[in-house]
Amino acid sequence: MKKIFLILTIYLASLNPLFALIEVDITRGNLDPLPIAVSPLYVDVKSEKNDDIKVKELGNNISEIIEKNFKSTGLFNPLKKEAFVQKPDIAHLKPRFEDWRLIKAQALVTGKLLVKDGKLKIEFRLWDLTAEKEMTALAFTTTPSNWRRVAHIISDKIYERLTGEEGYFDTRIIYVAESGAKNKRVKKLAIMDQDGANTKYLTLGNELVLTPRFNPTNQMVTYMSYFRNMPRVYLLDIETGVQDVVGNFPGMTFAPRFSPDGKKIIMSFAEDGNSDIYTMDLDTRVVERITNHSSIDTSPSFSPDGKFIVFNSDRSGLQQIYVMRSDGSDVKRITFGTGIYGTPVWSPRGDLIAFTKMRKGRFYIGVMRTDGSGERLLTENFYQEAPSWSPNGRVLVFYRETKSGKKGEGFSAKLWSIDITGYNERKLTTKTDASDPSWSSLLSK
Amino acid sequence: MILLTVLSLPFMIRQPIDLPPIVSVELIQISDKTNIPFAPKARKIIEEKKKKEERMVSEQAPPSAKAKEKPDRIPMPNEKKEKKEIIKKKQNPKEVKPEIRQSSEFEKKEIVDTNQIAALIDKAKEEEAVKQKNTNKITQSSVKNSFATGLSLSEEDALRAQIFGCWSVPLGLPYDQNLLVRIKLNLKKDGTIMKSEILDHERMNRPGQKFYKVLAESALRAVRLCQPLKVPPTGYEKWKDIQLNFNPTEMLKG
Repeated sequence: MKKIFLILTIYLASLNPLFALIEVDITRGNLDPLPIAVSPLYVDVKSEKNDDIKVKELGNNISEIIEKNFKSTGLFNPLKKEAFVQKPDIAHLKPRFEDWRLIKAQALVTGKLLVKDGKLKIEFRLWDLTAEKEMTALAFTTTPSNWRRVAHIISDKIYERLTGEEGYFDTRIIYVAESGAKNKRVKKLAIMDQDGANTKYLTLGNELVLTPRFNPTNQMVTYMSYFRNMPRVYLLDIETGVQDVVGNFPGMTFAPRFSPDGKKIIMSFAEDGNSDIYTMDLDTRVVERITNHSSIDTSPSFSPDGKFIVFNSDRSGLQQIYVMRSDGSDVKRITFGTGIYGTPVWSPRGDLIAFTKMRKGRFYIGVMRTDGSGERLLTENFYQEAPSWSPNGRVLVFYRETKSGKKGEGFSAKLWSIDITGYNERKLTTKTDASDPSWSSLLSK
Repeated sequence: MILLTVLSLPFMIRQPIDLPPIVSVELIQISDKTNIPFAPKARKIIEEKKKKEERMVSEQAPPSAKAKEKPDRIPMPNEKKEKKEIIKKKQNPKEVKPEIRQSSEFEKKEIVDTNQIAALIDKAKEEEAVKQKNTNKITQSSVKNSFATGLSLSEEDALRAQIFGCWSVPLGLPYDQNLLVRIKLNLKKDGTIMKSEILDHERMNRPGQKFYKVLAESALRAVRLCQPLKVPPTGYEKWKDIQLNFNPTEMLKG
């Protein structure tokens, strides 16, 4: 009996609200970029000299690329190296956390590199300075000339560990490089790393080139080229340099894009003033008609699962955005706002569609959900269009033209990027004027 | 036809375009105890600390005995904490054991009545848990805490405002997932943290929940950055254990 009494007393005492655990809800935080310190990598004293690169400066150069990548995201705030208490010569050792917290860093990147027997070995570690713990660490071996790529891969790994999303730094952007006066524009196909480095021209500029698009699964590109004033769709294998004409249609083909598995090309094809959407199997070269309507259907883009297609059509009068199943059935109009909608592109994450909108003579780049709801206009300007997604579906790259005078003076076209939140608008560095960008998938994938 | 196709090529680039060479990746094992050595300055400081501690010890006991006990490397305070947590986890199955024991006839004979009471208590606990779940739905914690839970509204607001400032919310979070991170803290009287525990710890390592790990880590960082927490000067017993529910859903929706 005593036992029962005792247990009951303990039980009642445990239910007493005085001893209940206090709970506090935290529903807000700050959106300030995360302060991160990227220490210059320690260059091993055993490193050999290399004719192509300055080995001694490599540690510093790699850390600078990582910093630049982070800064461009708007999510991180790389701290100035002058403030660092700990010097790079001990960057390969366990950091003294107090020194880094002193400069208000929350995360730290350290590492070391060794150039030996013609190989570059790089190792990096990411530290959580408040928890005083290693968050991730990896080592890479490659040829020394490949150091920039390693810096991008390291950036991707850190970005992924700190945001939970895949990175997008080890990628390239293909675009149309433009030069010359507005009425005598020379257009060449060009490719560069996403940070603007390593620009290469893929065509000579004798013909007009338009709308290059990456294959989402490999380093293949499809684009339009006007040869003898005849627009055709071409395929270019970046690895081998081999080019190929995709079919030989009597009419005009436009806006080619790959299917998510890279096996098909979807494009619009015009005949007698009417334009419809077609796909072409790249292996069998079999062409399939997807839309059959008397209006102009153009700019098709597949959803990442390949089940749906988003496209433009003027079947309701003004040009609007429509979604249909990949066999052409179940066509639904998704935009009803005022203005004209164009260039819809399905996000690689599948959750959003990016588009260009024209209203009252101004151009907007925006995103909306795949059913057309939640339209958000991210940026507005005199003339801008052709958004292309980063492989993680977080950033859009597009091009913007500046207003020119009556004689075409002051005209320029540049690539810009913007976060899907509408923040962090940035101009990309290109050697020439640039338009029609397309973002590749991750090279290291 | 083939000839036509070839001729219609606008240019003939046959030279392969340089593709960057392959990068081989090696994984480096990360453990709680890093195997890389300390930075020299840190080592000096740690050695100084060691010496100080040894001196302290020498007043009571011969230093040589102490030196043997001490490891070469001073473990980080967090490592100790984590070890404790792991030990606790191991103990968990034991704590559940009484339920299994009920099947033992021998014990049934001896404490029949207490078993029934234990069952009653369990039932009551379940009901309490259901109640707690229901209350969790209410986002205004002030409602929860209004009944003599230890913090006044102003005290709670002060604490909340302090943590708002320390919490850098990761931006890549999905909006359609449950983003609640519950952290239980064990506090010292001055508001510094003795122990912190993520209550849904196992979710962090589940596949497809990478964002949850990032979120939980950001919440832990916020708490650590903020310490000492702004706690009331009195009533330590009431707030020495406190649970913080981090949920950025409303914020992300904008």
